[in-house]
Amino acid sequence: MSEDKNVVARYTTAARINHWITAVSLILLALSGMALFHPSLFFLTNLFGGGQATRAIHPWIGVVLAISFLGLFFRFFTLNFWKREDTVWMKNLGKVINNNEEGLPELGKYNAGQKLVFWGQSILILLLFGSGIVLWDVYFEDYTTIDQKRLAAVVHALCAIGAILIWIVHVYAAIWVKGTLRAMTRGSVTRGWSWKHHRKWFRQEVKKS
Amino acid sequence: MATMQSLDIRRRSASTEAPPQVRQSAIQVAKLIDVSKCIGCKACQAACLEWNDLKAPIGYTDGTYDNPTDLTPTSWTVMRFTEYERGDDLEWLIRKDGCMHCDDPGCLKACPAPGAIVQYTNGIVDFVSENCIGCGYCVKGCPFNVPRISKVDRKAYKCTLCVDRVSVGQAPACAKVCPTQAIYFGSKEDMIVHAEHRIADLKSRGFQKSGLYNPPGVGGTHVMYVLHHADQPSLYAGLPDDPRISPMVGFWKGVMKPLSLAAIAFAGVFGFLHYITKGPNEVSDTDERKADEMAKGKGA
Repeated sequence: MSEDKNVVARYTTAARINHWITAVSLILLALSGMALFHPSLFFLTNLFGGGQATRAIHPWIGVVLAISFLGLFFRFFTLNFWKREDTVWMKNLGKVINNNEEGLPELGKYNAGQKLVFWGQSILILLLFGSGIVLWDVYFEDYTTIDQKRLAAVVHALCAIGAILIWIVHVYAAIWVKGTLRAMTRGSVTRGWSWKHHRKWFRQEVKKS
Repeated sequence: MATMQSLDIRRRSASTEAPPQVRQSAIQVAKLIDVSKCIGCKACQAACLEWNDLKAPIGYTDGTYDNPTDLTPTSWTVMRFTEYERGDDLEWLIRKDGCMHCDDPGCLKACPAPGAIVQYTNGIVDFVSENCIGCGYCVKGCPFNVPRISKVDRKAYKCTLCVDRVSVGQAPACAKVCPTQAIYFGSKEDMIVHAEHRIADLKSRGFQKSGLYNPPGVGGTHVMYVLHHADQPSLYAGLPDDPRISPMVGFWKGVMKPLSLAAIAFAGVFGFLHYITKGPNEVSDTDERKADEMAKGKGA
């Protein structure tokens, strides 16, 4: 429990900084990557100082993201193992989308949707990092064949689209479920929010206090 | 160098604008390389360096006649030597390698930089270096492994088919200099007719499988070969038997682009519609009260 009796601590300052480094790099990667993916978005290279600069800087932002996301992964992976209640929750996804969470099982720190976001991004970022190295000609041109680079380009683009879609779900969930964003901006959530969305976790936090 | 007028552009990389249509008179050009007449003197390589004012650094030899051993950012054409044993005969197959100027250029299809690769109405495919961002996608798009990225300026280079000479009515430097006239230049139509004469001659001399290399998989090329063994192009230092743009590149640069943007747009629209129809998921006063009760009861 936080010092303020009416809120529950959810993320440490370090976790929040870690999250926002990842968030900023992911957005910059999406913008610079989309610029080189579709001609009608090439104008986005202007944000990075032109086409050559975009090409040069994109992989370096990728390195920052990979390291930063690795930090998030080790912080949170034990909390994201799949539980029986997650399967029940997924079966009731329709109710969740309709803002009706009555009768759903009590959840730990994360619900099934959040866990899928976590594992989805973990796998995609791993694939993006691997294929990105293959495409990083400045340093790694000589280590792969042209056909391997072609495959890497397809994998990289597909995974990037997947990661962007998951990112949209992630951001929208934070907008839709009120009271969520403060977990990442201030580190705490209200008791009511915890009780409503993550009751099992709330019980544990209450017991700890 | 973009040495042709904008009127003469047929395709432009990463561009959605339609090219100009007003000028209809363009003649399709082609270079015809008669491999059976090549003596491997490398005059074409020297002429290419000289006309294009390129200075290749002194390299190394790998013990063969291939010198330099590969295409480089400053060596846009290279003679590739193959020793082919046919029965008791030893044939020395010498192929002048370089950009094939595909009618359906994979490099241009793959290029993400607007106007960094153009195809002129006469069929020449040229790199406009000022627009090149050095990503290497052209390397992935090319079915012939031709473009090379400079380690100095990270830009892609390849044979221009001497577009600056062709546009003022001159033949490319390599064709001009070839001492055995193994390299011809003219309209594509004329080059095909000429190739037919050469092939008839080769057949009369026992090369029954001789033929023209103008691969349909890339829409034909504006650099064509007369081969004595046209049934086996790969004999000639790995010339692709049936070159085509890789299906992976086709997918990546084809359906994937609109489908991806549609998926992203759909996700955004879905979220917006969900919000305005279902509304936000809010914590009610009842939730807060129940939470407080649980906190007071220490999680009971």
